Amino acid sequence: MLFPSALGPEILVTGVHKRINDAFQVFDHDLNKTVDVREIGAIVRSLGCFPTEAELLDIIDEVEEPNGFICFERFLPTMSKILMENKFRPIPEDTLLKAFEVLDQQKKGHLEPNELTEYMRQGDEPFTQLEMEEMLSSAVEPDSNLIYYKDFVNMMVLDGER
Amino acid sequence: MKAAILIQGWYRRYMARLEMRRRYTWSIFQSIEYAGEQDQLQLSSFFSFMLDNFTHLNGSGPDLISQLLDPVVDPWLGRETCYELIPVAESYSGPRISFPLSVSHTNSLVNAFKEHQTLHARYALQLLWETKKLLKQMPNIVHMSTSYAKEITICGDLHGHLDDLLLIFYKNGLPSAETPYVFNGDFVDRGKQSTEVVLILFAYLLLYPNHMHLNRGNHEDHIMNLRYGFTKEVMQKYKTHGREILQLFQDVFSLLPIATVIDSKVLIVHGGISDQTDLDFLNSIERQKVHRTNIGPHYRRAVPRKRHRGLSRQDSGSSSSSSSSSSSSSLCSSRTPSCLSPRPCSSPPPPTVPFSVDGLQVPFLDSLASLPPPSPPRVEREWKQMVDVLWSDPKPQDGCTPNTFRGGGCYYGPDVTQRLLRHHGYQLLIRSHECKQEGYEICHGGNVITIFSASNYYEEGSNRGAYVKLGQDLLPRFYQYQVSRTTRKLTLTQRVRAAEGSALRALQEKLFSHRSELLTGFLPFDHNNTGFVSVSEWAQVLETVLRLDLPWRTLRPHLARLAPDGSVEYLSCFDYMGPGLHLPQVTPNLAETLVRYRTDLELIFNIIDKDHSGLISLDEFRHTWRLFSGHLGVALDDGAIDALARSIDFNKDGSIDFTEFLEAFRVVHKLDKDH
Repeated sequence: MLFPSALGPEILVTGVHKRINDAFQVFDHDLNKTVDVREIGAIVRSLGCFPTEAELLDIIDEVEEPNGFICFERFLPTMSKILMENKFRPIPEDTLLKAFEVLDQQKKGHLEPNELTEYMRQGDEPFTQLEMEEMLSSAVEPDSNLIYYKDFVNMMVLDGER
Repeated sequence: MKAAILIQGWYRRYMARLEMRRRYTWSIFQSIEYAGEQDQLQLSSFFSFMLDNFTHLNGSGPDLISQLLDPVVDPWLGRETCYELIPVAESYSGPRISFPLSVSHTNSLVNAFKEHQTLHARYALQLLWETKKLLKQMPNIVHMSTSYAKEITICGDLHGHLDDLLLIFYKNGLPSAETPYVFNGDFVDRGKQSTEVVLILFAYLLLYPNHMHLNRGNHEDHIMNLRYGFTKEVMQKYKTHGREILQLFQDVFSLLPIATVIDSKVLIVHGGISDQTDLDFLNSIERQKVHRTNIGPHYRRAVPRKRHRGLSRQDSGSSSSSSSSSSSSSLCSSRTPSCLSPRPCSSPPPPTVPFSVDGLQVPFLDSLASLPPPSPPRVEREWKQMVDVLWSDPKPQDGCTPNTFRGGGCYYGPDVTQRLLRHHGYQLLIRSHECKQEGYEICHGGNVITIFSASNYYEEGSNRGAYVKLGQDLLPRFYQYQVSRTTRKLTLTQRVRAAEGSALRALQEKLFSHRSELLTGFLPFDHNNTGFVSVSEWAQVLETVLRLDLPWRTLRPHLARLAPDGSVEYLSCFDYMGPGLHLPQVTPNLAETLVRYRTDLELIFNIIDKDHSGLISLDEFRHTWRLFSGHLGVALDDGAIDALARSIDFNKDGSIDFTEFLEAFRVVHKLDKDH
């Protein structure tokens, strides 16, 4: 899905390098081939990867400079490897919808905001307050105050595609 | 449990994508904004060029240009009490003020503006007169102390955003001895309520001259106002006395102090500094008299740096080098205003000269008849010192380089900041001038703060506004806010989507306006005229032609279609324009010219249209065309111009409005083809 598999390995590498470069450039404000370490999550994820927060920290440990910045030269080989080896592989969209259906135990087609909050607060990497607020603000249908997750999934998938 | 983790992962990736879109949207807005400033400077250098050269050759030159550019000096304005002659009708329901101002006056003013009322021209003029009188007594650099009030509040660019100003007052309190303020320039332009913003600020300045300080910004400038909206706004709000009010605004703007210093420790100035900045020198100049000097060769010949996205625009049209603005050698000489020619107004106040620090000099042509000697170096130095503090931006790398991105001022590095602070024993530089997503930004290891107070500057939701407060410890505390016009709060997704949409539209317009250059650029990559180039080639051509330093490959899906084999169908990046443009039956080239030069043309039109009536005479039109046809690279002889003038006055009323004016270009293209 990422690149035509018919192409030879060299072209594959160049393609991957270009994609990384493109994503990196968006966050490189001063155009000096460095980005703030806090941007790395957005860069890795916008390249289509689904790392956990812990995996992200591992990446950062590997490439971070002492001053809190990430240099492109160090980031490129690490990130290329990730993409080539297809680590953190994308979770298919239908799985996402299924995940919501699992949470919706009574099969009502929607979730209550506090239900969703409770679920998202679980796991090794629960949502922060900020993430939770932001998610609710875009997921909750204002008139009914409910989360129609099918719509929400569609929105995430469509916006992600662009 | 597993389901929850999966959703978390998905959502985090979704947010990352959103963040990416937010970032490039920001880059587009910023690049295009600064490219506009460059165009503006190019245009003004064109005017200087005309002055320096053209006028020598052509006997009618000086006269002609002076007709165009000399501001209308109305003797009526020289009289101290001119405003008293303006009657205020009984039926006027807006605020009435008298001087000296009291708190109830400023309150009624603020409340009236909240209710969308307008201050009567009589009061507006009187307020401006009083402001002018007061500002004349102010030094260039104002000193304040935190010992009189617990805290001083510093606000950045407002750009006519009245809602932001009112929100600041609501959160932080109205200006008073207990709540002193510094407003760091760029009160006007771009926003729709510049008049209200600046009148409120002036009113509080009059009420609390020791607790309210206003620094000048690069938009407190006559020519900037012509381009960026303030002139138009004033003329719309004051149908009868707009001209006089604008004239007074010009005077008052030129009298605004340049910088504020708190406790001899914190320097506050609109743009920043350069490695040449000499505060003692700046303090010694007569600020309102620094004007009509030329852009130094330094600025014109600036070597492009990496960070400078908008290098000089390539004027594809300006084939005639004789009047092209790129000829830097002609821009070196400066002129001093001459006092030889009598002005209609002989009253004591100095001739009302628009002081243009940004290099957008309005040439003062009353003095041209007797060409003055080249200016002494001091004048040039004064001008450069002013431009540097009003136009410069900080950069992360050491050193000081010309700000070719904006076209004026410089970029100063942490070492430059450090040196100046140390020299004066200061510890902090607070500046504005750049929009920041969070409303503020700290750089140069904490030595420089950028503060920007207009929220939603580029687009609804694009950025927060902020102000900063300093107490006696001089530790900055930031307060952020965002004005919301919609009742229902937009979600992040919706905000990003809206901003992205308008940024992309602006970018598509940019592409369209450079259509022919882009097509020329694609040619070497597409020998066989297939209409397809590789993505890399496509991105390279866009960058070479537009020089906006944007992540083109990331933006590609929004700008051009791909063929099944992955190559770019480059003509598709011009598809987006067209339906929105009301230019029926126009050749593509012309549409391109119109889109590209529309702001330049509007500015020129506004300058010619001295009384801002929205109309210019046929004669003025003829003169003007001769002037800038060279600039735009359209060569026409006198006969053709006359024919043109006659042909575009559609309604034969002897004057030309802006639509007709634009139409001239269409006609010219036809003439061009016939030849």
